[in-house]
Amino acid sequence: MLDLKGYGPALLDGAVVTIELAFLSLALAVTLGLIGASSKLSSNRVAKGVATAYTTLIRGVPDLVMMLLFYYGGQVAVNNISDLLWDAYEIDFFFQFDPFISGVVTIGLIFGAYMTETFRGAFLAVETGQIEAARAYGFTRWHTFRRVIFPQMLRHALPGLGNNWQVLLKTTALVSIIGLTDMVRVAEEAAKAERMPFHFFIPVAFVYLALTAGSELFIKWLNKRANVGVVQGG
Amino acid sequence: MPDFIAQWLNQNDIFTAMTMVEYWNGLVSTVQLVFLSLVIGLVCAIPLAILRTSRNPLVSTPVWLYTYLFRGTPLLIQLYIIYYGIAQIPGIHQTFWWEIFREPFYPALLAFTLNTAAYTTEIIRGAIMSTPHGEIEAAKAYGMNWFMRMRRIILPSAARRAVQAYSNEVIFMLHSSAIASVVTIVDLTGAARNIYSRFYAPFDAFIFVALIYMMLTFILVFAFRKLENHLLRHQRPISN
Repeated sequence: MLDLKGYGPALLDGAVVTIELAFLSLALAVTLGLIGASSKLSSNRVAKGVATAYTTLIRGVPDLVMMLLFYYGGQVAVNNISDLLWDAYEIDFFFQFDPFISGVVTIGLIFGAYMTETFRGAFLAVETGQIEAARAYGFTRWHTFRRVIFPQMLRHALPGLGNNWQVLLKTTALVSIIGLTDMVRVAEEAAKAERMPFHFFIPVAFVYLALTAGSELFIKWLNKRANVGVVQGG
Repeated sequence: MPDFIAQWLNQNDIFTAMTMVEYWNGLVSTVQLVFLSLVIGLVCAIPLAILRTSRNPLVSTPVWLYTYLFRGTPLLIQLYIIYYGIAQIPGIHQTFWWEIFREPFYPALLAFTLNTAAYTTEIIRGAIMSTPHGEIEAAKAYGMNWFMRMRRIILPSAARRAVQAYSNEVIFMLHSSAIASVVTIVDLTGAARNIYSRFYAPFDAFIFVALIYMMLTFILVFAFRKLENHLLRHQRPISN
């Protein structure tokens, strides 16, 4: 059996941190993606411009650089705001910008940009006939969105969403660099202390593999369910 | 030059000639690392992709396993395994390999190459698999053997279909290369981290480097668009 030299519980805690981080970032990314896609498709030029700038900027910068900027810069910004508020209004406002928050914010922001593109394509893939039919039945705009556009959009978005999730899961490893004790961080410390890199990194690699393989199966199953009523040609 | 920019340039003590040289050296190592790993990765990926499409499971399964393992785990872990692992291989310190792999550049290059080769193999495989059957039949009807079919028909045709996905992989690789800074390589990100810790100026250090990465990304996007236009020029509409 694999002997983890007493690092087993720490590794397990790290794995939980990784999974928590991944799910929270996914929630933020999906939210940002829906907002981004709606603004990209809206007729409001300001919203469109902001969303386009957002996706272009994010896709041009490496995730690690962004993470370092948010982590180190976030604290400096909080400190400055804190000083300013104290000087001006004597309000005592401060919080420690911890690596977990920076990780969630950065990964969420980055994947929000990718999700924006996914959702934009998915919204466009909903046939206009469906929307027209709903309007002809007297559905309100919100009702059309909730009952017709959104459910059909999800079906088109699923494959892209699944891909993004797989990449996101692997990106979470980067938070170990800014000091969050996730699985990778624990493995790195253990590997250095015990001088056994293979012994600790390979099991962690297999945990990631299991997570990606598991999500692949789940996404396949979701996809099958989402496409239940669709007659596929071919 | 507007006054406020001139004033800002005069007052700043971060963007001096010395830090610029640091950023420049970082840029050079980033470009070297990314360029070399992409080229070697591509050269490895083409034969691997052909093996991956083989009908013989004894040939295609090992390649599948390789791409599955490298695409299913984070690049950071692969880098750590190679960087820390190589030094632990028994007896390596006596061989000439140690002379090469003691520099962090080469373990990083190896990790990046293996990673990009795995992704590229799958991209090329997809493109090979979607070759229109008629093209292969026509090549066979002309009496071309397997090798000639591959060289003249399938691979050029696959290259056209793969270039879009490959351009994404190249940009992805550029961005992933930022993690080279964790194994003490002073690439662009490494330079930014050093400058940050010297001046405690996160915004100046990291936003500047982000802009450089962005510029590199846009150059790549532009170059690949040109390449795509060139490869697909036979499909251009005849108008104008």
